[in-house]
Amino acid sequence: MSVEAEVTTTGIKVELPKSYEDIKDLIRIDRLPHIWCPGCGLGILLKLLARAIKNSGIPIEKHVIVTGIGCTGRIGGYLKLDAYHVTHGRAIPFAVGLKMANPELEVTVVGGDGDILAIGGNHFIHAARRNDDINVIIVNNFIYGMTGGQYSPTTPKGAKTTTSPYGHYENPFNIPLLAYAAGASYVARWSVLHQNELYQSLLEMFKVKGFAVVEVLSPCIIYTDRNAMGDAVDLVKILKERSTIDHNANLADLDIDFSMKKIILGNFVKRERPVSYEK
Amino acid sequence: MPTVAELYKKDLDKLIKPGIHFLDGNTATAEGAITAGCRFYAGYPITPSNEIAEYMSYRLPQVGGKFIQMEDEIGSIMAVLGASAAGVKSMTATSGPGFSLMQEEIGLGSMMEIPAVIVDVMRAGPSTGIPTLIGQGDVLQAKYGSHGDYEVVAYLPANPQEAFDFTIKAFNAAEKYRVVAIVLSDQLVGHMYGKVRVPEYDEIEIVERPKPTVPPDQYLPYDSRYLVPPMAIAGAGYRVNNESLTHTDKGYPTTDRDASFKLVMRLVRKIRENEREIAEWEEYMLDDAEYVLVSYGSTSGSVRRAIKILRAQGYRVGMLRPKTAWPFPGWVVENLASRGVQKFITVEVNMGKMFHVVKEFSRGVPVEHIPYAPGYIPDPDYVVNNVVKVIGR
Ligand SMILES: Cc1ncc(C[n+]2csc(CCOP(=O)(O)OP(=O)(O)O)c2C)c(N)n1
Ligand code: SF4
Repeated sequence: MSVEAEVTTTGIKVELPKSYEDIKDLIRIDRLPHIWCPGCGLGILLKLLARAIKNSGIPIEKHVIVTGIGCTGRIGGYLKLDAYHVTHGRAIPFAVGLKMANPELEVTVVGGDGDILAIGGNHFIHAARRNDDINVIIVNNFIYGMTGGQYSPTTPKGAKTTTSPYGHYENPFNIPLLAYAAGASYVARWSVLHQNELYQSLLEMFKVKGFAVVEVLSPCIIYTDRNAMGDAVDLVKILKERSTIDHNANLADLDIDFSMKKIILGNFVKRERPVSYEK
Repeated sequence: MPTVAELYKKDLDKLIKPGIHFLDGNTATAEGAITAGCRFYAGYPITPSNEIAEYMSYRLPQVGGKFIQMEDEIGSIMAVLGASAAGVKSMTATSGPGFSLMQEEIGLGSMMEIPAVIVDVMRAGPSTGIPTLIGQGDVLQAKYGSHGDYEVVAYLPANPQEAFDFTIKAFNAAEKYRVVAIVLSDQLVGHMYGKVRVPEYDEIEIVERPKPTVPPDQYLPYDSRYLVPPMAIAGAGYRVNNESLTHTDKGYPTTDRDASFKLVMRLVRKIRENEREIAEWEEYMLDDAEYVLVSYGSTSGSVRRAIKILRAQGYRVGMLRPKTAWPFPGWVVENLASRGVQKFITVEVNMGKMFHVVKEFSRGVPVEHIPYAPGYIPDPDYVVNNVVKVIGR
């Protein structure tokens, strides 16, 4: 079954599943097992991102991953690439500096909804406005995972979190609408369940000239536990059963409320806009 | 050590010409940066540092560099660190409020060992304070503003000439030790015009960060066999994890007792063990001085004048002027204390900052501070009157 077994830095012998065979040279096997909870969607994203990087047609050594802090932020450390695990919320401006200094780099930011849209929200909208030629993958698990389940800018109104024990009082961001309004060239939303579509979308993201945003809906047990949704696998079921694909959806209809009755996925925006630092 | 003449052969006609110029401190800082090889600037407007950004936006494209005005100071320092990680010498300039915002990323630059230069043109505080007037309140923050243990290098220019020279030194220190280097300028230095002599290009030495000499499979980004490990830049094929978490030599996060202590030790040792090489200071009329005034930046000009007046009145006073706040030349204070100085008196535009540092090294010799922070430097008479009072106490 396994493709490679290696004793890791923690002394644990780890075997990569067969589905990772094609990307084993991109995974830091000596860092496994990873820190994520069983059922977390991040492992799937790691696999798909590595595969998309491998098949992007861009030399591997030109790919750079920049992440902030959070469960999602750990993704760069498992990729055998030039990776920068920087401070919470600040991956985007670091990526902007990298790209400006060396335009040959293919720079991809991966961050949680808190990382990119709360503490990093200002950087996000301004990079989109400038249309900086970088990629941003936002993992939306509706919560702050790493710090233990506090509400985030995407927590639906009514959801229980460790800091909204009576149900959340605020409205969440509609990420695709925000990204579009701020100026992104490419905007998509998928879930880790829609592996093929997400993979294709990541490939597309690398081709885009300008600011490319892919929102990835991803289950988190910290969120499902609190909200009596069962476990992360049950959220996967919800994402599977209730989501519809509509590439032409009105962006204003992309809100996800607590009932999760309507989850619209798709490649919503692809447009030519002048890119920053090009005349 | 290579010189500007060797390193920037193609660009020499685009650099400021050797010889005498008449420049304001902020422009001198910007020209110093370009001479040192800075080719990326990110910043956010703030008085009294704006001339630096404005001048860089005009000058950098002429030398093949890039300029960006970011959405805030945190974004600015992060873009600077990102550009430096890609191999381009980078800087930002700011003043108190912006410098406060950058503190977390000074820690990041220190931890990831990314060379970067921050120019802080100090203004009156606290908070928004008086944007157009001088303060010297950021001296301790420059070293202690970010959490955890790390070391920076910080220069204290007192005139446009030093703004030019010390900015080059700051870039050299940042590259040599892979640290964040700070130019602690002040509003008066930034806005004062003065003579700036640009040395011949073959007289200006330039330091570049250590580069890896081993192939990628043998390279460790935080190799603790070195005090300052070689630095692989992004995209060069080394494919390394650069880590803000406490990490091993390989750049992997760790909570291991030995590994984490080894890292923190190295981050401070690389400056502490070289402090005598880095630290610079001026001794003014100290040979027979019984009373040592400690002053720096634009304030030192007023103190210099006060010393002449006090000497004429028979007081044996002199000045120790640190040119680097960090590392602080503490041994100079110790030596003065040991040879029988009666008192140290700190004169700075704040309510007592370097005062505490002098105290640390004064070996029991009394240290007094002349508090003054109205947005102006004390004029020489004010210094004279207060020194006389302090001496009489
Ligand atoms: C400046 C700062 N503030 C707070 C934190 C603590 N912190 C770590 S991760 C995190 C949020 C994690 O949530 P998210 O960004 O959504 O990522 P996730 O863990 O859900 O993937 C916070 C607040 C920090 N590291 N730095
Ligand atoms: S807390 Fe949530 S996001 Fe973090 S690893 Fe666990 S399941 Fe994944």
